[in-house]
Amino acid sequence: MIHSLFLINSSGDIFLEKHWKSVVSRSVCDYFFEAQERATEAENVPPVIPTPHHYLLSVYRHKIFFVAVIQTEVPPLFVIEFLHRVVDTFQDYFGVCSEPVIKDNVVVVYEVLEEMLDNGFPLATESNILKELIKPPTILRTVVNTITGSTNVGDQLPTGQLSVVPWRRTGVKYTNNEAYFDVIEEIDAIIDKSGSTITAEIQGVIDACVKLTGMPDLTLSFMNPRLLDDVSFHPCVRFKRWESERILSFIPPDGNFRLLSYHVSAQNLVAIPVYVKHSISFRDSSALGRFEITVGPKQTMGKTIEGVLVSSQMPKGVLNMSLTPSQGTHTFDPVTKMLSWDVGKINPQKLPSLKGTMSLQAGAPKPDENPTVNLQFKIQQLAISGLKVNRLDMYGEKYKPFKGIKYMTKAGKFQVRT
Amino acid sequence: MQRFLQLPGAVGRPGAKGACGPDQEAASPVLAPDGGPPPWYQALQPEELRWLQAPEEETTPEASLEGPCPEAGQGQGQSQPLRHDDLKEMLDTNKDSLKLEAMKRIVAMIARGKNASDLFPAVVKNVACKNIEVKKLVYVYLVRYAEEQQDLALLSISTFQRGLKDPNQLIRASALRVLSSIRVPIIVPIMMLAIKEAASDMSPYVRKTAAHAIPKLYSLDSDQKDQLIEVIEKLLADKTTLVAGSVVMAFEEVCPERIDLIHKNYRKLCNLLIDVEEWGQVVIISMLTRYARTQFLSPTQNESLLEESPEKAFYGSEEDEAKGPGSEEAAAAALPARKPYVMDPDHRLLLRNTKPLLQSRSAAVVMAVAQLYFHLAPKAEVGVIAKALVRLLRSHREVKQMVLRNAILFKTCGMFEPYLKSFYIRSTDPTQIKILKLEVLTNLANETNIPTVLREFQTYIRSMDKDFVAATIQAIGRCATNIGRVRDTCLSGLVQLLSNRDELVVAESVVVIKKLLQMQPAQHGEIIKHLAKLTDNIQVPMARASILWLIGEYCEHVPRIAPDVLRKMAKSFTAEEDIVKLQVINLAAKLYLTNSKQTKLLTQYVLSLAKYDQNYDIRDRARFTRQLIVPSEQGGTLSRHAKKLFLAPKPAPVLESSFKDRDHFQLGSLSHLLNAKATGYQELPDWPEEAPDPSVRNVEVPEWTKCSNREKRKEKEKPFYSDSEGESGPTESADSEPASESESDSKSSSESGSGESSSESDNEDQEEDEEKGGGSESEQSEEEGEKRKMKKRKKAPAGRGEGSSSDEDSESSSSSSESEETSESEEEQAEPASWKRKTPPSSKSSPAAKEVSLLDLEDFTPPSVQPVSPPTVVSASLAADLEGLTLTDTSLVPSLLSPVSGVRRQELLHRVAGEGLAVDYAFSRQPFSGDPHMVSVHIYFSNSSDTPIKGLHVGTPKLPAGLSIQEFPEIESLAPGETATAVMGINFCDSTQAANFQLCTQTRQFYVSIQPPVGELMAPVFMSENEFKKEQGKLTGMNEISEKLVLPDACRSDHVVVQKVTTTANLGRVPCGAAEEYRFAGKTLTSGSLVLLTLDARPAGAAQLTVHSEKMVIGTMLVKDVVQALSR
Repeated sequence: MIHSLFLINSSGDIFLEKHWKSVVSRSVCDYFFEAQERATEAENVPPVIPTPHHYLLSVYRHKIFFVAVIQTEVPPLFVIEFLHRVVDTFQDYFGVCSEPVIKDNVVVVYEVLEEMLDNGFPLATESNILKELIKPPTILRTVVNTITGSTNVGDQLPTGQLSVVPWRRTGVKYTNNEAYFDVIEEIDAIIDKSGSTITAEIQGVIDACVKLTGMPDLTLSFMNPRLLDDVSFHPCVRFKRWESERILSFIPPDGNFRLLSYHVSAQNLVAIPVYVKHSISFRDSSALGRFEITVGPKQTMGKTIEGVLVSSQMPKGVLNMSLTPSQGTHTFDPVTKMLSWDVGKINPQKLPSLKGTMSLQAGAPKPDENPTVNLQFKIQQLAISGLKVNRLDMYGEKYKPFKGIKYMTKAGKFQVRT
Repeated sequence: MQRFLQLPGAVGRPGAKGACGPDQEAASPVLAPDGGPPPWYQALQPEELRWLQAPEEETTPEASLEGPCPEAGQGQGQSQPLRHDDLKEMLDTNKDSLKLEAMKRIVAMIARGKNASDLFPAVVKNVACKNIEVKKLVYVYLVRYAEEQQDLALLSISTFQRGLKDPNQLIRASALRVLSSIRVPIIVPIMMLAIKEAASDMSPYVRKTAAHAIPKLYSLDSDQKDQLIEVIEKLLADKTTLVAGSVVMAFEEVCPERIDLIHKNYRKLCNLLIDVEEWGQVVIISMLTRYARTQFLSPTQNESLLEESPEKAFYGSEEDEAKGPGSEEAAAAALPARKPYVMDPDHRLLLRNTKPLLQSRSAAVVMAVAQLYFHLAPKAEVGVIAKALVRLLRSHREVKQMVLRNAILFKTCGMFEPYLKSFYIRSTDPTQIKILKLEVLTNLANETNIPTVLREFQTYIRSMDKDFVAATIQAIGRCATNIGRVRDTCLSGLVQLLSNRDELVVAESVVVIKKLLQMQPAQHGEIIKHLAKLTDNIQVPMARASILWLIGEYCEHVPRIAPDVLRKMAKSFTAEEDIVKLQVINLAAKLYLTNSKQTKLLTQYVLSLAKYDQNYDIRDRARFTRQLIVPSEQGGTLSRHAKKLFLAPKPAPVLESSFKDRDHFQLGSLSHLLNAKATGYQELPDWPEEAPDPSVRNVEVPEWTKCSNREKRKEKEKPFYSDSEGESGPTESADSEPASESESDSKSSSESGSGESSSESDNEDQEEDEEKGGGSESEQSEEEGEKRKMKKRKKAPAGRGEGSSSDEDSESSSSSSESEETSESEEEQAEPASWKRKTPPSSKSSPAAKEVSLLDLEDFTPPSVQPVSPPTVVSASLAADLEGLTLTDTSLVPSLLSPVSGVRRQELLHRVAGEGLAVDYAFSRQPFSGDPHMVSVHIYFSNSSDTPIKGLHVGTPKLPAGLSIQEFPEIESLAPGETATAVMGINFCDSTQAANFQLCTQTRQFYVSIQPPVGELMAPVFMSENEFKKEQGKLTGMNEISEKLVLPDACRSDHVVVQKVTTTANLGRVPCGAAEEYRFAGKTLTSGSLVLLTLDARPAGAAQLTVHSEKMVIGTMLVKDVVQALSR
């Protein structure tokens, strides 16, 4: 399946290559560079590039292209999904996935890749198993390794792979047994000029951090499971129980993992927590334009909106902007024409606003599109869909774990057209 | 320069501190600047010094060159070999840390694409290194360079061959993995053997690795195909989820055309699917899609060719498995009601079992299911995939793009309509995504939603991304052509765009308007006039050309403007682009034909200009046009028809998506994406006219009997171990040979001991074998023939059983060292000696042995490698190890039940007390699946009553503290006269307390109890003589229990002693140098404490038995039991 993997940085250097079958010359990447040149932006590089003898499938993350070389028919998503899994694994191992980090840990990276694919077919991709095979480097371990000369390779052979629960390490032990669940919802919305919602949906995930001894069997139930329109599970979740009882029953992997992601799309259910009042006007034959934006809370269920960040890509004709925010700080980059305004918390008594003028290129016609405003915000302690976890029970182990649930709502792709 | 570095290395390396000579400093860039050795460097060893400079050199070779070191002036070509020498030295040391560092640096070189092949000899020596990380890195290196250095790579083969026999399944698996990854054609036979061997390994993980190895071997040597298909066939029958994905992958790569191999496994694959790992799921689903296309009828056709299958009940029990929230069931129920067509239950099974996978977190799996539904499901059901696909739109950019590409195809189903808004475009999307979304939106637009879609398009037109705007205009055009109601609205909208400042937008609009106008030209004179005015401003050639064509085509609607346009164009003719010039000629010709009075001169002027154009297309066109329109003297036939030719009514163009015509490739495939057949693409076959026989998928043989058959065959194909006997014999010390021989003897006799109890199951096996037919038949008869031979030589009634087992033994001594039966050993004491002589040079094993020994390069491996322990011991403990690791899947339990022949059955419930239900039990000595601490107990039920016994299960056990029971799965029904077997696990907590529990049927409960002999509470452990001695040394004093005894005469031969001991206790033999000493080792199951047993047999029958164990109670009891067994 996957023949080789090349890691290419944004300046076009191949800084890592790995082959699982016979060696493919790195000159195959020239086709990729060609496509990259044509695409102008990294994001526009097509994920599948056919070449005379090979096909190049790539993903672009963290400013690195992960280019897989394949030779025969294979579902492209299979490869792409795998490449993303590789990136996730690196991130999991090293905290960040960046070129210098990969270069520093090249041996670990190589070992991990070796375990992940056998002859181009994925072998061990569960992070719990991989970590048993090859321990992730930590500062402490690096120090110990240099002193004692021991290694990152697990000295015990992992048995997780062989067990009925391949995603869980065996022999897990903790003194504090804790299980944390974060319910995080993101609102994707497009709001039109007049402030009405064109489309809105909620994408939610439940991320878990489970540190429990032994082989705990957890069940998580919701107050209102019917809310969840479409769900996808971590493989550990027992599908049948969900289908019949709407209960999540699972033996969790050790550590951090995404238990569930779901989708709430029924439009009337989606409360839009903020509104944006805007008046952006360009005038023909005038070198000045007016700009005014006010952000205010709408349906917040009594919670404060934090971390508000307004950003907008201004039209090319805008030379500079002179603005005064009522709170927070703002920046305008005259090169990329990107305006961003870090608002912070919204105080309902005194709504934050940003006012001022834009100086336009003299003589140029007025831009025919008003800029779109992208919004980011956070609301703690609230799942905007109203999803609530009812209870979490543990079976199979005797101790009493500490259980914690956190709710959070964030803006996903939240756009206001002006 | 090389010498410089080598010298201090050679001198200083052995560990002498402070050996930094002057030459060392000269060579070391770190030391050089200081001139003399700074005192604090003295403490370091020279190798360590090199580390200090190493990273620098590694990451930036230039940096080290810039330093004031002596080699500064030399090129990089010079410094490269230097470093390699360095690495070589490091690899040659005894220190693991040095080796590791060297390997790390080499791997870093490989990673950066640097050539490290000249290090091959130095690296390959370390293949047997004990340090796991070094070993792993050496493997990485080997796999990378073995192809280039085939001869040297052979040096490593024997290490892997040894690894293949390791008792630890993970080591076996990794040995096979690396061995099969080395692309050296010479070792193909070895790989083939290893794969065959591993395919029948007890451990599912090793079998998985074997499945992975198949395509590797196939790509190396495609001549092996037939043999590989056999292996694939065997592995396809495997029942573990671990293996399923990998073997289907192998199937797809090696023999996708052998769809017949799937029949028998189809239902199993469908049922296992949900538990297979994600990657396997994708492969299996796409294979099953193809399979279903060949085996079932199209669900969209209306005729009923199949009748309701009687097998419906077969799936009844799984009905609840994949019940969607009513919707799917309802659809399934509604479907037959509407149509007479009845779906094959197997087809339904596939659809039902894949549906839950739409909820997978993996985009690849969701896509695979989506394509399966698209290609296989009835139209009404395809809709279920929409929701899942829309979910994927939230994923990474690349995934999004793939999904959109495929979503484009679904326009016919309209299943995305409810999700229209999910395809709305955000200004932050990358252009490619925007264009794909636009495509989907256009496809989704219909009479009802077109206003919303158009309003959305309105927003897009003002976007800053001009490519996107152009695409939007085209999309509007397509909407206008598809939906007549909005055509005028669209057209007027587009006309407004003509006043847009951006030329690209205008140009694109013109092109689209041109196409739209062709549909109803009469009403749009005004628009054409407006367009005509634009010719002054628009510079985009395509747009100009379009306008000219429009004016020419409809010149009668604008009789006054047209000649004027031509006049202008004639003026600027020379400066126009080719495409515009062609249209000018066209316009001129058309005007000449309709309005020759006004335009005759203009036309001639244009044609003369064109005649001398640089482009030959234009010259040709000009000549051709002139001949056509200007009547000449001679001909004129053509010119009479010129008007018809030029002004023929032309059909309106159909605006079509650039993504159409892709539906002939399987959805979600690479070929589909590229719209070109990729290498290795498997055509999705058309539905058959007539459904092939559905009964081919019936699997009637009960699971466990089938497996016994497999087991049998597996033993057949195990020449590997027996030849290893011959191979490693010579390398052993002289006295170990008799030991190993006696070992095999003892084992065979111990197996023969099982005769009586196994003969019955043997019979069963044979019957089933015959039933199964297939390849095993010949083997079977051969075996039987031999059996008969043996029988003749036997006097005892146990003979038959012995025959079969000795026969097995001669082929492979590796078969599981099952258990044995004391009561019969007496009769056989004399016997083994007679056939012992026959055993070793088994005819079957010798050719294979020769083949392998060709490559057995034992001498090249470093002497530090531990001598191989006698193979029989390995295999004994291997079997033991395997036991502990298999059975990961509970569904597998019955499959490994097979002939637990060597075990003495004990009665658990007499048939009188049990009202017709007779229950026996036996300690199978196989480890228990779920919990390694449990003793696995095989329970044999037989129903001697005349009514079926239903719902056999274990009731609430009343257990002493610490004991626990893992019940066997409920046996639903046991027909009269039938027998069934189940496995349960009991954790006895290292004590001989009885486990009491209830055995319940639907009507009755029986109290039963199982008390284990002390010997069953342990499992064999593999250890070397040295380890044994070491452990023994730790367990002295109170932990040492010894007893003197006198061995009876009958009990003096080696094998009898070994057999008796192993019968009494589940211990593994430990190799021993002294002839008169026997050692055994085991571990208690619950606590894992070692139990070491030594029997020191002196001449004349006196002997001393010593047991070392932390568990003193166990030790004492064990001594008692063994003494009893031996002195009987």
